[in-house]
Amino acid sequence: MIGEKGAVGPRLGFRRTINRDHSPLFAQGLPLLTVLLGSLTPFLPMITAGPVMPPIGFMIFIAWRLVRPGLFPLWIGFPLGAFDDLFSGQPFGSAILLWSLTMLALETLEARFPWRGFWQDWITASALLAAYLVISAVVAGPGFELWHVKLILPQLLLSILLFPIIARMVAMFDRVRLYRVRVID
Amino acid sequence: MAPPTIRRSGHSKKAQVSAFAGYLIAALGAALGAVFLVLSLWKPQGAAPLRTEAVDVAAPAGKVGGSARTHSLGLIDTISGYFNAGSQNARLRREAEEARIQLVEAQAVEAENRRLKQLLGLREEEVKPVAYARLIGSTSSSTRRFAYLSAGREDGVKAGMPVLSPKGLVGRVLETGDSSSRVLLLTDSVSMVPVRRVQDDVVAFAQGRSDGSLRVRLINLGINPLKKGDVFVTSGAGGIYRPNIAVAIVDELTRDGAIARPLSNPGTTVYVAIEPVWVPEAAPVLSAEPTETEQ
Repeated sequence: MIGEKGAVGPRLGFRRTINRDHSPLFAQGLPLLTVLLGSLTPFLPMITAGPVMPPIGFMIFIAWRLVRPGLFPLWIGFPLGAFDDLFSGQPFGSAILLWSLTMLALETLEARFPWRGFWQDWITASALLAAYLVISAVVAGPGFELWHVKLILPQLLLSILLFPIIARMVAMFDRVRLYRVRVID
Repeated sequence: MAPPTIRRSGHSKKAQVSAFAGYLIAALGAALGAVFLVLSLWKPQGAAPLRTEAVDVAAPAGKVGGSARTHSLGLIDTISGYFNAGSQNARLRREAEEARIQLVEAQAVEAENRRLKQLLGLREEEVKPVAYARLIGSTSSSTRRFAYLSAGREDGVKAGMPVLSPKGLVGRVLETGDSSSRVLLLTDSVSMVPVRRVQDDVVAFAQGRSDGSLRVRLINLGINPLKKGDVFVTSGAGGIYRPNIAVAIVDELTRDGAIARPLSNPGTTVYVAIEPVWVPEAAPVLSAEPTETEQ
């Protein structure tokens, strides 16, 4: 674990010391902020003909959940999903449902396989992304046809390949999150 | 990675109850999400007020991005222009030559047209755009095709108004906020535009396929008269779009129509014009609810 002394050395340790402690606002707020920013990707200056962009908000969300289990409360899928629904173009409620189910699914999975590694996390994320994109396409609106599944394949491939990079970025944010600021006791 | 031991509730009653409550609230959240989803599939515009407010707040970020896009599009064109400058130059010169001749012919036809219309006593009514705006983003990770516009109610934009680029029809306004609005692109699966072939009166509907192409469905079934390269324009039926806005060009034929490519690619469009609804009295029939016209 990162917090242990032997693993990272005393200088980079993330425990509180005299006059220096984590800022609770920053430690709890930064993960939320990154997910919310990820949900704002529809405002990137890119107008595409089909669904090609990976669901960045959802990917950052599961990356945080995998990197730091227990950081997000179980019910966080509701507010974060609602925010994502406002911009994603999906009917309102689809991300609320899917993000909440993701939290529950990951919780169950973690109870079943407590020891995790890179490959297991990647496979988990890939399976979740595949399910998320397919179900999102199905519930998107009245115009769904079976060949739309073929339409999201490039997007799915891109999402799966991008996930380890997003997970590394989240791990980097995780270090920033526990940066110690000056406090007055 | 070791399992996080801190989260085991153990024998503490309090910890057990709070873990249980967590599951309960998460399941409730999921159930609530399902209810919202069913509601918004039933009434797609139900969450519109919430959505437009949120887009209004978030749109300034998109506007910055939009202006960056204006520059980057030009840059890419400039760079790619170097690669085939020679052959392109020759081709463009030839095309300009042909276009000049056609322009003169068109002017003659236009003059004749005006004279004939005067004879008939018809008055030419020009449609003036309500506003000009930037496309600031699109729902690029969803199978639904919406775009966001940098103009809203304050600029006179109302739901149902057609959105045009210099190359043709882009879509129509679906929801308006104070300073931003949401556009249903032509290629969305619930978008349906009445069109006709440009050279004759083969009428059809152009429906989006959400992958950037359109399905042209002929109204009169029989022998498929379409050919590859046929251009479709709006027919004016339905009252939303004025006639003769360029819509799509046929790419491949199917049994009951064709698959067509929209002429205006929103990805390379920076500025769009928002025009008033052509015949407002007729429009509500079509614009009431996209799903209801669909089924």
